[in-house]
Amino acid sequence: MKLITAVVKPYKLDEVKTALQAFGVHGLTVNESSGYGRQRGHTEVYRGAEYTVDLVPKVRIELLAEDHDVEDLLNVIAKAAQTGKIGDGKIWVTPVETVVRVRTGERGAEAL
Amino acid sequence: MPTLDTGNTAWVLASSALVLLMTPGLAFFYGGMVRAKSVLNMLMMNFICIAVVTVAWVLYGWSVSFGNANDANGNGFWGTLTQWGMQSINTGIASGSHATIYGTTGVPIFAVACFQLMFAIITPALISGAIADRTKFVGWTVYVAAWVTVIYFPVAHWVFSPNGFINLKLHVMDFAGGTAVHINAGAGALACALVLGKRIGFKKDPMRPHNVPFVMLGAALLWFGWFGFNAGSALTSGGQASVVFLNTQVATCTAVIGWLAAEKIQHGKFTTVGAASGAVAGLVAITPACASVSPIGAIFVGLIPGFICCYAVNLKNRFDFDDSLDVVGVHLVGGILGTLLIGFFAAPNEVSAFTNGAKAGLFYGGGIDQLLAQAEGAGIVFAYSFVVSFILAKIVNATVGMRVSADDEIVGVDQTEHAETAYDWGGLSGTLHRAAVSVAAATASSNGSATAGTGESDEEKVNV
Repeated sequence: MKLITAVVKPYKLDEVKTALQAFGVHGLTVNESSGYGRQRGHTEVYRGAEYTVDLVPKVRIELLAEDHDVEDLLNVIAKAAQTGKIGDGKIWVTPVETVVRVRTGERGAEAL
Repeated sequence: MPTLDTGNTAWVLASSALVLLMTPGLAFFYGGMVRAKSVLNMLMMNFICIAVVTVAWVLYGWSVSFGNANDANGNGFWGTLTQWGMQSINTGIASGSHATIYGTTGVPIFAVACFQLMFAIITPALISGAIADRTKFVGWTVYVAAWVTVIYFPVAHWVFSPNGFINLKLHVMDFAGGTAVHINAGAGALACALVLGKRIGFKKDPMRPHNVPFVMLGAALLWFGWFGFNAGSALTSGGQASVVFLNTQVATCTAVIGWLAAEKIQHGKFTTVGAASGAVAGLVAITPACASVSPIGAIFVGLIPGFICCYAVNLKNRFDFDDSLDVVGVHLVGGILGTLLIGFFAAPNEVSAFTNGAKAGLFYGGGIDQLLAQAEGAGIVFAYSFVVSFILAKIVNATVGMRVSADDEIVGVDQTEHAETAYDWGGLSGTLHRAAVSVAAATASSNGSATAGTGESDEEKVNV
């Protein structure tokens, strides 16, 4: 089992979510987050005081997947989130020991 | 005995309500510019002015400012205490009695007292912007009460009362308060900023405005109320009030353009905060000049201060004082510019309405006399207000205390002074909120055939 974490542009959230639902993903977790990669922040001016806003707002999506789905899911997310411009984000995969469904106590793949 | 004029009275009463609205407007103008952790404190510093100054006003403020206004030979320095508690003024309620009229305006003194009260409220409120994020609420409240008592009430007499010495002896034209309100508040703001010292993190930490729409909303409310402030100052609802109304509008608009132009030159962008600030700078500058200039003159009385004030807000960085929301850069500088520009742009036709011996300006063949008089008036009010405001702030700071502790300042004065938080939005805002809404709708339509209330559909909603 794997945890897929994707950091994407906020306005791409809807497309990613729709694509994942179409693929058959039953659940995911979303957080607002901020950070920077190659896309750097911007400058704001208030009454002559300039501020450099280093961190760019992003959305961080997390979902659990069975190993055999991971490659397909990566493609689904990347395709939905892509604009081709700097700042499209990153996706990474980490191994997961186990998963528990809180309501029933099911473990592993059954809990997904 | 002058008779009551119902038209004038109606206009003065309506203007009073307009001017009252300026103080909450100012609160939002300032409130939007502070950080989210001190917006309530900023609103409260303004709101408390309404409460405290009103009480002081009916007790003795009116009398100190205008108690002898109907006496041509009255004391030029203060209005005495003859009308303290609004006594010995005939209300005109009892049958056969007549309301005591203010001068020859046909307006009862009670109406003029309502109108002038609103000026006394907003003037100390203007100071609050200089000491945002760090002021002890009780210290501020005491300071406001003391400040209006020893500074605003007498200065209002000097400038606004027909026998006030700046008005009558120095022949200064200050129609609605370039000196008494804006230079006065600006000098007080500078004094308070110096006494309280800089905010923790000044020039190091980001102190972005937390709500720019509030800034624009507040500026718009100020603009709206300012028609009462300026056109109401005619105390009559005739030709002069009409010209003043138009001049106020013209100067505000050219100041918006002036500020935005200066900003474009300096930073390459037109900002919302800049447009709002430009409007306020224009309103400040036209305040003393609105009845002395023609609409063509008003174009310049707005444009020039709008442009210059955009540069003036950098003074605090240059001279290293933390006038948090630029009360000095906008109100002091704008007030001085408006007061002095009268010396250039005062037009004979408009000036003829003044009965204090004022002359036309330099550009209208009046020579340099009026400019010198304006400078004298501005200088006297600035010097008196700055020195006394400074001493007063030192005294209040040493006794009641005007600045919160460093810990409280870091946590935020909303929590530590008022035990409140302005916003309870948590982290779920913007994108996520919108996504949540659209998901719920999508789920409802795609699951149209599914049985509502089953474990599975519940689970889907929860997961998303």
